[in-house]
Amino acid sequence: MRQVKHIFIKEFRSYFASPIAYIVISIFLLVTGWFFFTTFFLFSQAGLRNFFTLLPVIFPFVVPAITMRLFSEELNIGSYEILLTMPVTFTDVVLGKFLASVAFIAAMLIPTISYPVTISFLGQLDWGPVVGGYIGAVLLGAAFSAIGLFASSLTRNQIIAFIIGVAICFGLTLIDKMLFFLPRSLLGFFGYLGADFHFQNISKGVIDSRDILYFLSVSFIGLYGAHLVMQEKR
Amino acid sequence: MIHVESLTKYYHDLCAVDQINFDIQKGEIVGLLGPNGAGKTTTLRMLTGFLRPTSGSIRVKDYDIDKYPLEIKKLIGYLPESAPLYHDMLVYDYLNYVADIRELDGGRKKSRIHQLADLCGINEIMHQPIGVCSKGYKQRVGLAHAMMNDPEILILDEPTAGLDPNQIAEIREIIRRIGKEKTIIISTHILSEAEAACNRVIIINQGKIVADGGIETLRQSAGGEYLINISLKNAGFEAAESELRSIDGINRVNKVVGEEGEEILHLRLTCRSSADLREEIYQRVKPTDWILLELHQETQSLEKVFQELTKES
Repeated sequence: MRQVKHIFIKEFRSYFASPIAYIVISIFLLVTGWFFFTTFFLFSQAGLRNFFTLLPVIFPFVVPAITMRLFSEELNIGSYEILLTMPVTFTDVVLGKFLASVAFIAAMLIPTISYPVTISFLGQLDWGPVVGGYIGAVLLGAAFSAIGLFASSLTRNQIIAFIIGVAICFGLTLIDKMLFFLPRSLLGFFGYLGADFHFQNISKGVIDSRDILYFLSVSFIGLYGAHLVMQEKR
Repeated sequence: MIHVESLTKYYHDLCAVDQINFDIQKGEIVGLLGPNGAGKTTTLRMLTGFLRPTSGSIRVKDYDIDKYPLEIKKLIGYLPESAPLYHDMLVYDYLNYVADIRELDGGRKKSRIHQLADLCGINEIMHQPIGVCSKGYKQRVGLAHAMMNDPEILILDEPTAGLDPNQIAEIREIIRRIGKEKTIIISTHILSEAEAACNRVIIINQGKIVADGGIETLRQSAGGEYLINISLKNAGFEAAESELRSIDGINRVNKVVGEEGEEILHLRLTCRSSADLREEIYQRVKPTDWILLELHQETQSLEKVFQELTKES
C-alpha cells in the first residue's frame, strides 16, 4: 500500500507540472462562475443550489479531461512497461492514479469556496446544504474519475479516452432525465442509475447511505474495469 | 538463478515465442541475439512479468512468476527498449520517484541517486525534463533507473540501439563495470556487442532457440570453413599452390592480389574446420627455400554463425 502513496504523489505533482491542470481549472471556474452568477441575483436567494445543480452537467466534460492522460499517455510513450516492471501491483497503480485525480478535483473545487463565503455576506446562508454539496461534488468527481480512468485504460489515444469518458459520464447524468421513454416497470431501476438524482439528494444536505453507496459502487465498477483491462493487456 | 521452461507466447494467432528453455546462472552475462521480430523483447517482457506467458514456467531464485511477481520484480532491474520514460518529469524527480517505489529510505536514497548519477554520467542533466534530453542521455537515465535498488539481475533490452559510437562505448563500459557481480541479460541484434560484452550467447530465431553457449563453442559448432592467410617470399604461385594443396584439410588456395611488382606472395587458404593446420603448413614450408613472413588464422566471425543459424529456411 505504500506504493499507492508514491504513485499518488507522482501523479498529483505531474498534474501541476503540465499546463493541463491550469487550463482545466480556469475553464471550470470560468464556466461555473458565469453560469452561477448571471442568474444568482434574479432569484435573490442566498444559496448555492444553482451552483450545485450545474456540477453534474459540467463534471462529465471536466473530469474525463483530467483523467484522460492517466493511462493513455503511459501506453502511448511506453512508460507503462517501466511502471509495471517495478514492484507494484495493478491495484497500487489504479488506486494511486484514482486518488490523484480525486485530489485534483478537490483542489479544483477549493477556489469555489469563495462563492459561499461571498454569499454569506449578502444574506443568511444555510451552511448545511453547502457542506453536503461539497461532499457530493467530491463523490461525484470520484465516480466520474473512476469511469474516466477506465476509459483511459482502453486506448493509447487521449482524445478517444476523453470522448469515451464524456459519453459514459454524461450518459449517467442524463439517464434519469430520459425516463419518459421507458416502461413504468423499469423506471425505478434506471432512476437509481442516474448520477444527477443521487447528487441532488446529497446537495440538499441529506446525506443518505444509499446515495453514498451509489457513488462508491460506480467508483468501484470503474476501477475494477480498469483493473480488468490492465490484466487483459498482459 | 533464472530457470525458464517451455516458455510460449502467442499474440492471438501469432506465435512469438515457441517452447524455449534455458537456465542462467548467477554472474553470467548473457546476450540474447536474433533478427528483428525473433521474440527477444517478448521473452524479456515475460521474464520481467510485464507479459503473461501463454504457457510454460519462469522461476527466478525459487520464486515462481505466477505466484510471486512482486518478489521477482524486486530482484530485477529492467531497461525496456528505447527507454520510454515520463517526458515531463525532471531527471532528478524521476529517479527520486523510482527510489521511492524501490523502497529506498531517506539517506540511502540521496546517496544512491548521486552514486548512480556519477556512474551513468548524468550529473549535468539532473534538472532537465527527460523529454528534452538526447537519446543517449535518456538511455543512461533508463540505466540508472534499472540499477536503482542494486538488483541482482539486470535485464537490458537493446541498450545501445540508436546511439553514436562514443555513447555505445560508454554504455558498454558501464555494463562491464557493473557486470562483475551481477547477472545480466542483454538483448541485441548487433553481434559485435554480444562479442564484446557477453560470456554466453543465446540466439533466437522465429521464437525458437537455435544456439546457446559460449562464444567460442558457437563458432566451432557452426562448422563450415575457416581461413588461413599466409605470406611467402621467394615463392612461385604454382609451386606453392601444389605444395599446399597436398595438405589434407585445405580445400582451396587463392592468391590475394598484392601491390604490383611485389615479390611477396599472399595466399588465402580455405580449410575445413576439423583441425588446426598451421603446424602442418610450417612443416611443409620448412624444407623449401621460401621464407614464411606471415601465418595468421582468421577466426570465424559471429556474424557468419548468426547468418547461418537464422537464415530463412
